Amino acid sequence: MARMKFLCDAERCIECNACVTACKNEHEVPWGVNRRRVVVLNDGVPGEKSISVACMHCTDAPCAAVCPVDCFYTTDDGIVLHDKDLCIGCGYCFYACPFGAPQYPQQSAFGVRGKMDKCTFCAGGPTADNSDAEYAKYGRNRIAEGKLPLCAEMCSTKALLAGDGDLVADIYRQRVIRRGGRPQTWGWETAYQS
Amino acid sequence: MCGFIKDKTPKAVARRKRIVLTSFAILLASVVLLPLGGYLYSGLSAQAAAEEQTNPRANYWRAVRQGNTGYTAVMGQETNTLIQNGGQNWRQWRNGPVANISPWFLALVLLSLGLLFLLRGTMKIEGTLSGRTVTRYNVAERVIHWYVAILFIILTITGLSLLFGRAVLIPILGYSGFSDWANFSILLHNYLGPFFTVGVVLAVIAWIKDNIPTATDWQWFKEGVGGILAKGKHPHAERFNAGEKVFVFWLGLIVLGAIVSITGFMLIGWIGEQMRATMQLVNVIHAVASIVWIGIICGHIYLGLATEGALQGMTRGQVSEEWAKQHHDLWYKQAKKG
Ligand code: HEM
Ligand code: SF4
Ligand code: SF4
Repeated sequence: MARMKFLCDAERCIECNACVTACKNEHEVPWGVNRRRVVVLNDGVPGEKSISVACMHCTDAPCAAVCPVDCFYTTDDGIVLHDKDLCIGCGYCFYACPFGAPQYPQQSAFGVRGKMDKCTFCAGGPTADNSDAEYAKYGRNRIAEGKLPLCAEMCSTKALLAGDGDLVADIYRQRVIRRGGRPQTWGWETAYQS
Repeated sequence: MCGFIKDKTPKAVARRKRIVLTSFAILLASVVLLPLGGYLYSGLSAQAAAEEQTNPRANYWRAVRQGNTGYTAVMGQETNTLIQNGGQNWRQWRNGPVANISPWFLALVLLSLGLLFLLRGTMKIEGTLSGRTVTRYNVAERVIHWYVAILFIILTITGLSLLFGRAVLIPILGYSGFSDWANFSILLHNYLGPFFTVGVVLAVIAWIKDNIPTATDWQWFKEGVGGILAKGKHPHAERFNAGEKVFVFWLGLIVLGAIVSITGFMLIGWIGEQMRATMQLVNVIHAVASIVWIGIICGHIYLGLATEGALQGMTRGQVSEEWAKQHHDLWYKQAKKG
């Protein structure tokens, strides 16, 4: 069985934000919510690096551990999804997540935030695959269509890789061998404990 | 052989002395200085190690791992941080000690109260009732009390549902059943919280004058905790006895009231938008302080019910004179004087 993972190659990412835009468009993400973002470190100084980050679909997911209504589940492909019909918008998953992935469409005066939204690895949610209800709540289910996440497909420099963790690691290893230097599987230690 | 040593001419003797002295000096200097050479060595190798350590790449990602920030075009809370570590610590604290120890604490409180009931039973009014009563609480005081009490119970049930519902209520209500309840709970909890704080402030204003600690209070604790543990003892007490003063008023309303309210306001976002690190800490403090307070209130409710004649004071506002003399003698004398 595949174990889906994201990897952003910091040597290649040019902060074009195409992944962010592609994701927003593909899933009709609500206003104010971005399932993916690009963070630039040492912006404007030599050695500047950009990283595109979204939900990493953690192995022992902290979000799932703290959710009061236990609405997260991990698919056979290792993708962490959640059920918006159960979510109560408490914000706990946002406090727990290392990558700041969970987002909320609203912030009311009494700390109630509406249904949490996050990257689904383009795998929708618990409702019927490719149904209208699924699209409205979770966005497109590309995995069910046999496709991989759009952000990585769109990436012009192929910095962002998405797919089976073994294949992603192989591609990255070849790159590192060709260009020299040490590998930097950014975020993997935190997300996958490997 | 050894003619050299036997040479006793003054010149030879002086020469030997010189040799001995200089060798001794060299020896002494070596003993002192050679071990210091270690510093030279370690100094040089540390310099080399420092040069090796600054692998800029490793340092770079180490900093990211420790939560340093960058620039991002995406707006939102802390979007410029790639990794925050606090979440995992919060998870360990909340799902660990907070969720695992507090049920035992509450169970221990209930168990001790059950045991106390078995040993002591209800604390009866001694002697026959004359039928005469004294006013203990006016209408305003009673309204404040029940307002705070009802809100406290609602906040307890809804708050504990958020903390323990996943373990306790999902098996009973099912996922969607519990989700509906949790949704209702969080709304009720977050909206009623501030109203509860208003009640706490009113209660403090109403009763602070009767809760100033006095010398009698110390004696009250010494005499079998006000006769709760030692049967037949009725130490002097003012309008509120020392136990009520310490636990219900000062520790409860004042200290825990402040902690729970301030952390509660932070959780609902009334004290500005907080960083995740703050919210993690505040959530744990709120839960722990609330549970301690719940324990205290369990004791308070027990004593209110197990002391015959006490509840009437808070329902009808009147207590029997016998009750007043037995439990709050000093206050009774004051009340009689007018
Ligand atoms: C004595 C009364 C109260 C009790 C017993 C209580 C208890 C609790 C408990 C046990 C939790 C769950 C913590 C967790 O799941 O980790 C909680 C959460 C919370 N409480 Fe309270 N609380 C009380 C008063 C208040 C007050 C006065 C406020 C507001 C002013 C408040 C606001 C909150 C909020 C906002 C949360 C978190 C839910 C969220 O994240 O939206 N509470 N409370
Ligand atoms: S990255 Fe965050 S939201 Fe995604 S699985 Fe990990 S903890 Fe959950
Ligand atoms: S916001 Fe929703 S998904 Fe996140 S922990 Fe709360 S109930 Fe669970």
